Amino acid sequence: MVTLADYGEYETAWCPGCGNFAILNAVKQALVKADLAPQQVLFVSGIGQAAKLPHYLNANVFNGLHGRSLPVATGAKLANPGLVVIAESGDGCNYGEGGNHFLAALRRNIDITLLVHDNRVYGLTKGQASPTSPEGFVTKAQPLGNPSIPFNPIAVATVMKAGFVARGFAGDVEHLSDLIVQAISHRGFSLVDILQPCVSFNKVNTFSWFKERCRKLDANHDPTDIHAALEVAMAEEDEIPIGVIYQNDRPPFEDKLGLTANGPVKTGETERREAFEKILSAYY
Amino acid sequence: MTSINLCICGEAGQGLVTIGQLLAKCLVRAGYHIVVTQSYQSRIRGGHNAFFIRVGASPITAPVGPIDLLVPLNEESIEIHRGEMAADGWIFRDADYGMDGDRNLPVPYASFGGGIYVNIAAFAVTGCLLGLDTSLMEGMVREAFGKKGDAASEKNLSVLARTVEWAKNLDIDFKGLPAPASPSRRMMVNGNEAIALGAVAAGVRCGFFYPMTPATSIILTLIKHAREAGIVMEQAEDEIAAVNMAIGASFCGARSMVATSGGGYALMTEGVSLAAMTETPLVIAIAQRPGPATGLPTRTEQGDLEFVLHGGHGEFPRAVFAPGDVTACFALTVKAFDVAEASQGPVFILTDQFLADSYRAVEPFTWPEATGNPAERDREISPEDYQRYALTDDGVSPRAFPGQSGALVVADSDEHTEAGHITEDLRLRPRMVRKRLRKMARIREAVVPPVFSGDASPELLFVCWGSTMGAVEEAVETLRREGRRAAMLHFSQVWPLRPGDFMDTLESAEKVVAVEGNATSQFARLIRRETGFAITRHVNRYDGLPITPGFILDGIARMGKGV
Ligand SMILES: Cc1ncc(C[n+]2csc(CCOP(=O)(O)OP(=O)(O)O)c2C)c(N)n1
Ligand code: SF4
Repeated sequence: MVTLADYGEYETAWCPGCGNFAILNAVKQALVKADLAPQQVLFVSGIGQAAKLPHYLNANVFNGLHGRSLPVATGAKLANPGLVVIAESGDGCNYGEGGNHFLAALRRNIDITLLVHDNRVYGLTKGQASPTSPEGFVTKAQPLGNPSIPFNPIAVATVMKAGFVARGFAGDVEHLSDLIVQAISHRGFSLVDILQPCVSFNKVNTFSWFKERCRKLDANHDPTDIHAALEVAMAEEDEIPIGVIYQNDRPPFEDKLGLTANGPVKTGETERREAFEKILSAYY
Repeated sequence: MTSINLCICGEAGQGLVTIGQLLAKCLVRAGYHIVVTQSYQSRIRGGHNAFFIRVGASPITAPVGPIDLLVPLNEESIEIHRGEMAADGWIFRDADYGMDGDRNLPVPYASFGGGIYVNIAAFAVTGCLLGLDTSLMEGMVREAFGKKGDAASEKNLSVLARTVEWAKNLDIDFKGLPAPASPSRRMMVNGNEAIALGAVAAGVRCGFFYPMTPATSIILTLIKHAREAGIVMEQAEDEIAAVNMAIGASFCGARSMVATSGGGYALMTEGVSLAAMTETPLVIAIAQRPGPATGLPTRTEQGDLEFVLHGGHGEFPRAVFAPGDVTACFALTVKAFDVAEASQGPVFILTDQFLADSYRAVEPFTWPEATGNPAERDREISPEDYQRYALTDDGVSPRAFPGQSGALVVADSDEHTEAGHITEDLRLRPRMVRKRLRKMARIREAVVPPVFSGDASPELLFVCWGSTMGAVEEAVETLRREGRRAAMLHFSQVWPLRPGDFMDTLESAEKVVAVEGNATSQFARLIRRETGFAITRHVNRYDGLPITPGFILDGIARMGKGV
């Protein structure tokens, strides 16, 4: 049995009161609930405060570049499909710098879980607007207020028929960890957009702001109904639904490639040599 | 006559590359040597395309200018190439094209079949003139068209027979070629195919790409063989994704590569730096085309040397190979994977459109006996206290792969501790910098020294790198036949340089000329930066065409008496 202790306790570089702590707890609890040992799991992150999370637990970790967690995760999964691959980063990292990778991942449907710490602001670079910042959000970089409207990751993922689309809230660890377990066990691309208060730079979407608005989806919601899912995804912000919003069972990318759990990593030397000789025969 | 330069040309979409390839393969099977140059425009239909095959009974290594046999598949082609004809060259044109003047022969294509069969007829006429056996051509037609159902194959064969009958009875003063030495079994491969085959031999497991001419054929060749060889290939959403995917796969133990041209490499540079910081082996093949920006997408240049030397922020070791011919494309790709693994970082194969598309007859590629660094893989790791960036004497830390040994592997793009965790310990930082740079010793040990050929004590020494090798070789031969003491120093690895390998040669030559396919003599400047040795004479070509022996000789002539 895997226990919380297997995942360790580490000192962090986060501000006291930050939503990241709760997310870290939820992630660890989810791994324990899913009975995954640290050796089975690879965390791939980008750059930002959220992206530091993998340093604060025991697992395999690739902490790459800002915006690039998904491509690295994709390469890793293709090389070793037996690994549980979790990409984890902020909203700026995934929806801004890595926006093209996000769109491609939705289409590709590779069996990766993406956890986005959505604090609606750039934390690490000290408070500029992010792709999910509200319109009018005032920062030192947007003194007149954010002129753009926010990106809606849930709606985009649903429209693109991502395998699994959920929204969680850092203020409900139990619920969030359940969502993460489901996301991991879903075969295909899974997005969990996690509403996260940033105590230092987002004075608009605060803990109590989220707390007042987040509502668990009611049991009648059918995540396989894309129209119902879109309605939830497009809901106005006075009530923010959390839970599994959309889900389908289209086959993951790996199945289409015919990859086995071993992937291409372990193909034997003799086999390779025979294949090489055969390939050359076409060039005479 | 040592060689014949033939040019099959017409519009894109007319199938001239197919007949060019069939003809080239017949010539290779008959024992000839070939140098193919493909000239095409950045469009799918229309425009002017040309497939040049220079054929020789004895070894030849470079493209040449004057055309001995022009086979135009449209009228416009005649006008385009008329000025390039050798004095005793022949134009074999469709009888329907109006044309006067000497040394042009009307071919009654319509009577052989016309329409889509003009290609096969052109193949047959050319083959006959070059003295190819009819049975060899028949076999090739069967191989190429047999699959499409026997009817197509039969029809093509009958067109072939009719054309051969006509061509056999021609009485013109076309100079043929001597018979080649007894044919050994050789392959016909172009530079990009050779890079892909080298990757297969090296055990590449994953390849990622975003299409970009002239690199795409590396990828397409890998894809063609992917199933057989057990390779995962994926078209990424952009080059940034491609390089990051390759790094992710390599981190998990799969030998991985990307292939692109300058513009794609521009997007990949952050990944080069990431491979270096995370110490992940990465092979990057770059087929150059003229820049800046989109430049001339289908032409050739050696303009990205400095970019490849410096792309990627921060300081870290790298190696850059620049194969001089098709055989070297294969061998150096195998080596690139080994060096990437030994140094745990980025390694480049720098080629260009000319070599990428240039078919040659080559001795069969052989399975590299010792691929990889088994010693590295076997270095013992103890899973309990594994540290990805353990500080070692040679800077190389044993690699473990996630999920494969029980060790937890932690890699970081931030400066990190030995365990791989983010750190801002400024006392550790210099130690990590030095650790990474120490790996340069490994790369240096494995450097492929430049090759010297020609007069042992030259008055005229040509320095070149990459695909210009063949042209320089032939220019040197010509000069030596004219009684000059000429020689070549060719670099197939342009970074790092080991001055000890070549300084004596440079210093003992009376005059040194750098030959480069760029406008700013990038390699000559690199030599100066690394050694202090200033090369002051240059032959540069940057009109998008490959350097030929004639171009070099003209360049020398223009330098005047002193040279
Ligand atoms: C290529 C590049 N551009 C910019 C940065 C600077 N940068 C670091 S983190 C960050 C934004 C962080 O915001 P987010 O991803 O939302 O994560 P958070 O810190 O809020 O958790 C930026 C712009 C960088 N590291 N790399
Ligand atoms: S800046 Fe915001 S998101 Fe980052 S640690 Fe502090 S509170 Fe958390």
